[in-house]
Amino acid sequence: MARYIIRRLILLVPTLLAIYTLTFLLIHATPGGPWNYAARPLRPEMIERLKEKYRLNDPLPKQYIDYLVGALQGDFGPSYRHQERTVSQVVAGGLPISLQIGIASLVLAAAVGIPLGVLSAVRHNTWLDYLTTFVSVVGYATPPYVWAVLFVLVFSLSLGWFPTSGWGGLFSNKAVLPVVTLATAAMALFARYTRASMLDVLGADYLRTARAKGLHEWTVVLGHGLRNALIPVVTVGGVLMADTIIGSFFVESIFALPGIGYYYVESVLARDYPLIMAGTLIYSVLLLSLNLLVDISYAVLDPRVRYQ
Amino acid sequence: MEKPNQSASPRVFQASQPPQAALSGALTRPPSSLWADAWQRLKRNRAAIVSLFILAIIVLAAVFGPMIAPYAYDKQDLRQSNKPPSAQHWLGTDRLGQDVLARLLIGARVSLAVAFVAQVVIVLIGLPAGLLAGYLGGWVDNLIMRTVEVLYSIPVLLLIILIMTSLRETLERGEGPLAQALSVLDNASGGLLGTIIGISLIAWIVVARLMRGQVLTLKKQEFVMAARAVGAPDLRIMRRHLLPNSLSPVIIAVTYGIPQAIFLEAGLSFLGLGVRPPMPSWGLMIAEGSRAIRSYPYLVTSPALILAITMICFTFLGDGLRDALDPRMKR
Repeated sequence: MARYIIRRLILLVPTLLAIYTLTFLLIHATPGGPWNYAARPLRPEMIERLKEKYRLNDPLPKQYIDYLVGALQGDFGPSYRHQERTVSQVVAGGLPISLQIGIASLVLAAAVGIPLGVLSAVRHNTWLDYLTTFVSVVGYATPPYVWAVLFVLVFSLSLGWFPTSGWGGLFSNKAVLPVVTLATAAMALFARYTRASMLDVLGADYLRTARAKGLHEWTVVLGHGLRNALIPVVTVGGVLMADTIIGSFFVESIFALPGIGYYYVESVLARDYPLIMAGTLIYSVLLLSLNLLVDISYAVLDPRVRYQ
Repeated sequence: MEKPNQSASPRVFQASQPPQAALSGALTRPPSSLWADAWQRLKRNRAAIVSLFILAIIVLAAVFGPMIAPYAYDKQDLRQSNKPPSAQHWLGTDRLGQDVLARLLIGARVSLAVAFVAQVVIVLIGLPAGLLAGYLGGWVDNLIMRTVEVLYSIPVLLLIILIMTSLRETLERGEGPLAQALSVLDNASGGLLGTIIGISLIAWIVVARLMRGQVLTLKKQEFVMAARAVGAPDLRIMRRHLLPNSLSPVIIAVTYGIPQAIFLEAGLSFLGLGVRPPMPSWGLMIAEGSRAIRSYPYLVTSPALILAITMICFTFLGDGLRDALDPRMKR
């Protein structure tokens, strides 16, 4: 197991390097630059001076190496757009907000979605099952920006329960709508996968044995059934986390949350190279380590799975 | 999962092929192709059929709606700006006094065009890539699959945002003959072409991976071995045996790919990377509407609802098709 984890960790290095290279090439293959404003063009000398300042006139291989070396030491360079801050400071400000919202919504999604899935499977082919299945399709097929808009319309503007935007910490009422918006799709998928996996398990022999022993029905379903049914659900957790991260681009921009997704989209539009690099690398590290965690938890949950 | 044995596996696809039921003589039911069977199963799925019906209406509205709509999608009338729904403007007008309904209808064209054209491109790239990787193996497989793996490890939206910004600039400048030609087309289509290219560049990997997996299991089966034994050339084996037998998962993937492409188009336009004004897109309309959500909530309601309905219907249809084409996967 330890050897497996170490090997996977080592494999992260070439993958991240490939992502870094790809992003670097994409950024620099694009014509134009960060200061080519269409509306009020800067004088060429100004652009030249800015390029000199941010060392964009260095040969590309040198820029490639320099930035990589800096990034490895945690220095992602200055932000072109947020002149008073370095990229690391922007990230340090935004990442905790995004992580809090992301984790809170995933917890909410699991807390609602998994019980719904279990209920749906236990009451297979009843109206409850049909309703849950229907609602879950509606839940994950609808894009997060549509949910955001609908929730704001209903809960902020019509009912006036929550404010429409801003950030006041995870436990302020400003965080409710963003968290619920992000959680909706994940909730629906948790319900869907739990249901499918529970249905598989409910037909298994060991459940019949458990029932034959005279165990209470809920002990059978939860203690024996759900424990095994959760294994595939955990693998899906990684995918859901990715969905949540992607949803955060939209949710943060609609609710004006100063999270990393908001800054990332802004940096891409403004061609703030160092911030684009940092954002891409951080997102990739998050996702790749999540995938690894999922694979490890797979082995922990299911003793039959052995990694060499 | 257990693969069906030889008698069931090379599915009967062409009507011209001799019906197998006549050979066995024991069946009471007339022979039916995979597709007829699938259609029978799909018809029993109420959610899928209702979705199909709604989607048909949306497609018809997208095709014919703009022809009979009384307002052009880009006709600005500043005296009529930000009007709530009324008899003249059923869904109201936006900031520039443009009719929301007319824009929604063109937006439907944009969404559907992106979805379908992207799927065609995706299949055209992904299918051969997966087929070659799976069948030939070796360095071809390595090359294609390593590319797929790197693309896979970056979140779709992240990658597409990066590619779109690069593509946008390249297309806007139009340096070099190819870029220039594409640039003209892209401008004429209001940024549609760039969006389609961007989505296709990413999404082919799903089909390629799927196709490769299918081919890897199929090529070990007896009917392929038999074809090879009688000396069929590689190209024929791929075209006549591997391709038709792995089509149904690809069809399912494509059906799910449609809402995914609609989601990406709307998302990109929402972020300002997709279609450009005055060309309307549902995503763009949601973005514009959400900025004025306090004062003019009706501006955002209609595009948000129609986008949600379209995506939900395609998802139900995808679920229905999956159950119909591959009953073993049914839950």
